[in-house]
Amino acid sequence: MCGIAGLIHRGKQADIGGELLLMLQALKHRGPDSTGLAVYGSTDDVDATEFVMRYKVAEGAELASGFRIYDQIKERHEAVHSRLSESGAKISWEEEATKYAFRNRFNFDGDMRRLANYLEDIEGVEILSIGKSLELVKDLGDAQTVGDQYGLGNFRGTHAIGHTRMATESDVDIRSAHPYWAYPFLDVSVVHNGQLTNYWNSRRALERRGHRFMSNCDSELIAVYLADSMDRGEDLEESMHRSLSELDGVFTYVVASQNELGMAKDYMAAKPMVLYESDDFVALASEEVAIRSVFPHEIDTTDPYEGEVRVWRS
Amino acid sequence: MAELNSPGSMHQEKLAGRTQQIFFSAVESDRLAPPHAIDVDFDKCCEIDAENLRAREVNSKIAELMREGYGTITVLNPGAKHSLGVGILNRLNLNFEGSLGYFGCGLSDGPNIRVAGRVGWSCAENMMSGTIVIEKNAGSTFGAAIRGGDLVCKGDVGSRTGIDMKGGTIIVGGRTGAFSGFMMQRGRMIVLGDAGPNLGDSMYDGLIYVGGEIAGLGVDAIDAEMTDLECSWIERKLAMYGLEAPNGVANMRKIESGKQLWNYDSLEPTEKKLVL
Repeated sequence: MCGIAGLIHRGKQADIGGELLLMLQALKHRGPDSTGLAVYGSTDDVDATEFVMRYKVAEGAELASGFRIYDQIKERHEAVHSRLSESGAKISWEEEATKYAFRNRFNFDGDMRRLANYLEDIEGVEILSIGKSLELVKDLGDAQTVGDQYGLGNFRGTHAIGHTRMATESDVDIRSAHPYWAYPFLDVSVVHNGQLTNYWNSRRALERRGHRFMSNCDSELIAVYLADSMDRGEDLEESMHRSLSELDGVFTYVVASQNELGMAKDYMAAKPMVLYESDDFVALASEEVAIRSVFPHEIDTTDPYEGEVRVWRS
Repeated sequence: MAELNSPGSMHQEKLAGRTQQIFFSAVESDRLAPPHAIDVDFDKCCEIDAENLRAREVNSKIAELMREGYGTITVLNPGAKHSLGVGILNRLNLNFEGSLGYFGCGLSDGPNIRVAGRVGWSCAENMMSGTIVIEKNAGSTFGAAIRGGDLVCKGDVGSRTGIDMKGGTIIVGGRTGAFSGFMMQRGRMIVLGDAGPNLGDSMYDGLIYVGGEIAGLGVDAIDAEMTDLECSWIERKLAMYGLEAPNGVANMRKIESGKQLWNYDSLEPTEKKLVL
C-alpha cells in the first residue's frame, strides 16, 4: 500500500509544491516511510542548452553511521563538479538542499546519457533528475518533513506528481523511494502503487539493452521501461498502453513529462485511483481525501476503470 | 438437519450429504427487532458538522444521538473521510451531505442512509439490512459480502462490485468495472449501464441483470432467460429509487451461475478410499 498523487494546471502556473504537499500529507496513512515529489517548474527563462539537475551523493542514513562520511560527501561533490566541467558542462549556480543532496543549473549541449553515466560512475552519486523543468525530491519522512527540509512549500509550476511510501519489497532508503526519473530521458518521472510480478525478467531484458537500475524497487522498472519505449520512438501514451500488457502484477502508476501528466491502471483494477477533472485543473490521487485537501468544497470525482490510460497536457 | 426433512420446511437448498451449512430457523427471522434496538423518533432531527471531527468522533456522536432518540441525523462536511457511518444496528434516517472515503456505512443493519456525494472503496461492506443510496459515483468493492438490504449507487461504480455477496440487492445506475459479482453466493445485482470484463466470475449462485453491454463473462457465468416475475420485480425495485432501465427491463441480460464448479458433495480421493 502506497499513496500516489498528481495534479496539473492547464494554461497557468500555480503553487504546485504547496498543493502537492497537502495532498501527500493527507495520504500519509497509506505509507509514512518516505515521501517524494516531482515538480515541473517554469521553462520561460530557460534557454535551449540549460538544464536543472537534482542529485545526491550519499544516503541520509549514512550521515549517522558512515565512515568519514562528511569527507566522502565533500570528495564526491567535488568529483561531480570536476566531471561536469570535464564533459563541457558549465554550472551557472548550485545550492545545497541537504547535507547530501544538491540542486544546480548547468549549460550543456553534448550527449546527456554519457554525461549521466559518467557522473553516476562516482561512488554514492545518484542523479535524481535532469530536465528543463523537472525537479525531483525524495527523502525519508512524511510530506511535511520532506517539504520543510527541501523548501518546496511554494514551488510554482504547471504540474507535479508525488508519492508516500510503505516499503514492502525493498529497503527504506532514498534510493528506493519514489518518484523515479526515467533515466536518461529529460523531464520524465514516475510514481507507482502496486507490485510487479515479472520484475526480474523484465529488468534483465532492459539491462541487456543497456539500461541502468539504481535500486531493487519494482517501481524503478516502470520508469526505465517507459524510457526504453520512448527511446524506440514511441510517445508517452503509446508506451503506457503497451506497458499494460507487458508488465504483470497489480499497479496504478502516474507519469509526468515536461508538459504531460498521465495515469495507467492494470487490467485487474486492483489498486485505487480517484480522479477530479475540471476545465483548467486535473487532480488524481489514491484516495479522495487527498484531492479534498486542495478542494475543501464538494466536487464530482470518478474512478478510472481497468486497463485505462489517460494523458492530460498542461 | 432434522429440520431439513420436516414437512413445511422453508429450505430450498439442495445441499445435503456432507454439507457443513447451518440452516437458519424460521423462528429466528420472526424476531423483527434485536433486543438492543433503540426506539428512535424519525421526526426528531439534528445535524452534525464533521469538518473538524475524526471518524471515530462522528460515529460515536451518531450513536449518542440515537440513544437520545434522534431518528433523523444529517452529517455535514464529511470531507471524504474514511469509515464514517459504520456499525449502525438500528432503524435510523442518516444523511451525508457530501462524499465518504473508504469503508463508508459498513456493517450496517437497519438504517436508511443517503449519501449526497461519492463513496470510496468498500462501501456498505457486510450490510445486513436497510437501504443505502449513493447519489454520485462509488469506488471498487461496492457492497462486498452484503447479506441483505438494498444498496443503490446512481452513478458509476468501480471493480469487484458485490464481490462475495450473500444476499440483498445491489443496484447500479451507471457502469460497473471488472470482476463484478466475483464469487457471489446469493442475492441480486442490477446494473443499468455497462459491465466490465469477467462479470460474475466463479459465482456460486445469485443473479445479475445488466442493461448495457457486457465486456465479458467470467468463469462459469452464463446467460439465462428473464421471467415475467423478475421483470416486474426489477421494475418495482427501480421505481423505488427513481431509476429506469435505458432499454427497458425486458431487454436486460440475466446472468447466473452455470454451476459447473459445484463439487460440494463429491469426495476427495483420500476420502474415497475410506468409503470403499
